[in-house]
Amino acid sequence: MNYHWNWRIFWEPAPNGTGTYLDMLLSGLVLTIETALCAWIIALAFGAVVGVLRTLLSKAASWFGFAYVEFFRNMPLLVQLFLWFFVLPEILPPSWGLWLKQIPNAPFYTAAIGVGLFMSARVAEQTRAGINSLPRGQKLAATALGLTTAQAYRYVLLPMAFRIILPPLTSEFLSTIKNTSVAITIGLIELTGEARAMQEFSFQVFEAFTAATVLYLLINIVVVTAMRFLERGLAVPGYISGK
Amino acid sequence: MKQLRVMGLALAAVFCAGQANAEELTGTLKNIKETGAITIGYRDSSIPFSYLDDNQKPIGFAIDICYKIVDALKKELKLDKLEVKLNPVTSSTRIPLLANGTIDLECGSTTNNPERLKQVAFTNTHFLTATRFVSKKSSKLNSIDDLKGKSVASSSGTTNIKQLTEANAARNLGINIIPAKEHAESFLMVETDRAVATVLDDILLASFVAGSKDPDAYVISTDAFSKPEPYGIMLRKDDPAFKKVVDAATAALYQSAEGQKLYDKWFMQKIPPKGLNLNAPISAELKHEFAKPSDSPDPDSYKAM
Amino acid sequence: MFASFDFDVIRRSLGYLFFDGMTFTLTLTGLAALGGLICGTLIALMRLSGFKLLGRIAGLYVDLMRSLPLVLVIFWFYFLVPYIGQWLTGSSRPIRVGAFTSSLVTFIMFEAAYFSEIMRAGIQSISKGQPAAAQALGLTYSQTMRYVVLPQAFRNMLPVLLTQTIVLFQDTSLVYVLSIPDFLGAASKVAQRDGRLVEMYLFAAVVYFAISCMASFGVRRLQTRIAFVH
Repeated sequence: MNYHWNWRIFWEPAPNGTGTYLDMLLSGLVLTIETALCAWIIALAFGAVVGVLRTLLSKAASWFGFAYVEFFRNMPLLVQLFLWFFVLPEILPPSWGLWLKQIPNAPFYTAAIGVGLFMSARVAEQTRAGINSLPRGQKLAATALGLTTAQAYRYVLLPMAFRIILPPLTSEFLSTIKNTSVAITIGLIELTGEARAMQEFSFQVFEAFTAATVLYLLINIVVVTAMRFLERGLAVPGYISGK
Repeated sequence: MKQLRVMGLALAAVFCAGQANAEELTGTLKNIKETGAITIGYRDSSIPFSYLDDNQKPIGFAIDICYKIVDALKKELKLDKLEVKLNPVTSSTRIPLLANGTIDLECGSTTNNPERLKQVAFTNTHFLTATRFVSKKSSKLNSIDDLKGKSVASSSGTTNIKQLTEANAARNLGINIIPAKEHAESFLMVETDRAVATVLDDILLASFVAGSKDPDAYVISTDAFSKPEPYGIMLRKDDPAFKKVVDAATAALYQSAEGQKLYDKWFMQKIPPKGLNLNAPISAELKHEFAKPSDSPDPDSYKAM
Repeated sequence: MFASFDFDVIRRSLGYLFFDGMTFTLTLTGLAALGGLICGTLIALMRLSGFKLLGRIAGLYVDLMRSLPLVLVIFWFYFLVPYIGQWLTGSSRPIRVGAFTSSLVTFIMFEAAYFSEIMRAGIQSISKGQPAAAQALGLTYSQTMRYVVLPQAFRNMLPVLLTQTIVLFQDTSLVYVLSIPDFLGAASKVAQRDGRLVEMYLFAAVVYFAISCMASFGVRRLQTRIAFVH
């Protein structure tokens, strides 16, 4: 095989002066985690709201929720990121567009918002499934007790729905982490991007990608374990709350 | 069983004797002869070395040189037909694709330097160019230090982005470096004001400025990140037989009058697709190198005479 | 606001976009779905077979593919496939593969993990009575699978499989990272060459949206038609 292996490359200094190649990869890892967390917060916030909207009796709310979910689910994430990053600044008034383009960390914010909204559609679907899987009696009992719709959702329905959908939400969070890698196309140099940069500067293709693979696997293990603890902590005794 | 083994050895001996008479082809030459095809890597937008015209066909100075190499290979291997397959590459995929066998020759605007020579080989130099930056005249950026704290683009996988990264660290400029996938994208960043400047080889910058919607709005810096460095056509390392044929072909081309005509065709005349004329006369160093072709990675070895 | 946009660039490049780009995308989607389904079914069978070692290997493969971002897997296979080819065929140098072949291998291997989970759920949802009856009738394992279990599993999971195919269709756009000319790549090339980012990206978004929308609508209709009560 005509390939020149060099596993010591990780301890050699990177040309961007910030340390070794390993430091480069680790800074990418940090950026991946930061972007994923921001995106996840946006996804949860918007997704929960839209999911609830879809379960309301009002036709308008239901339709809005449906349109929202269909819009974000039927376009590839990459195309959505391009729309936010390339198209939005051009269709806004020139001064706003220019300001958007000159923000120092534009790829980070665009990626967080883009990935967040993309995932929010999926979180909305999970929330809807969770709420719909509750016995009908819950909502009826809440209304009978005199709670308004908002109070019913806040104190009765949503707490149980979230516990039920915690396992699928875990896999959605992992999806979010993986989806941040798509942002290398808009210039966000997160873990996959740093691995690529390392490959370009040092020509050690396989070493760079192996390191990135190992780091992603580590993230996975950490997240799955943490979520398992969370599930156990939040479990309501006597209820089936996943595995 | 013993008889079988003796027969086997005898047959092997006969075959070996037969082979020793024929040419011992190895490596890429063997592959080309056996498959009857060679794969050339071309670039999307390295005007005028290797780029796509209006019909999405690769054309350019380096592409023409490569076709001449193909002719020489045809003659050397005594083939009636040699099929030329074309494979697109970018600055970041060119070296891995050469190493893993997807392409046999990379015909574009690749800088020949000692670091890359650890992974690949280069044939005789076909151009010399220094790394500069282009910006809009309205930004009033004259020197490299003026880029302090700004957003600057470059193409990933190039020596340009590496030099920019190193200068950024060495001079503590705090530049926000935006990597782009291809040269066209790098220039687009400046056109759309996402970056105040883009760092590329000066001949490529000149081509982009000339072909842009408003050439007068741009200025290429006089400050350079590097000395004029050589471009070479890339081939695989550890393949001396193939390199010999390629070197001979390129040397013959550069030394002949045809080489001069080829240079004029791409640098002194109108080129497709928009018919612009780069008007870049051959530099003294390059003229000297054409007379005495060299594949040296050392910029200092290219003198005007 | 839209005055300075030149939507004519879309009309001029329609041929290139659809004949080169969209055919690449659709061919890749179709072949990868087929290949992924076949490999995925095999992996599912490996996991459900009695052999612990096979099950573990299959399980590890699925976990690995599901933990990695598709972009990283695309990079891996693009550079790795020629070496794999060399190792498989025992040739003296890496096998030359084109962009399409390498993308196809990537997507088959990646989607196989997801299809295998779907098929595994499908196979497990078949009541135990079916394979038991097949065995009573004297059918071998492979005959049971081929004539009794898999057809039913496939029919049950068809909507989910088709939804995964729609996801695959959208995921093919990621070959953009290697400048491979699929539909989005073609749109992008035209956009950068002519400086018309807004028009081309909006058009690409509309096309992807239209195709995915129609496909999901079709799947929903199919779901109501083939649903039957056990």
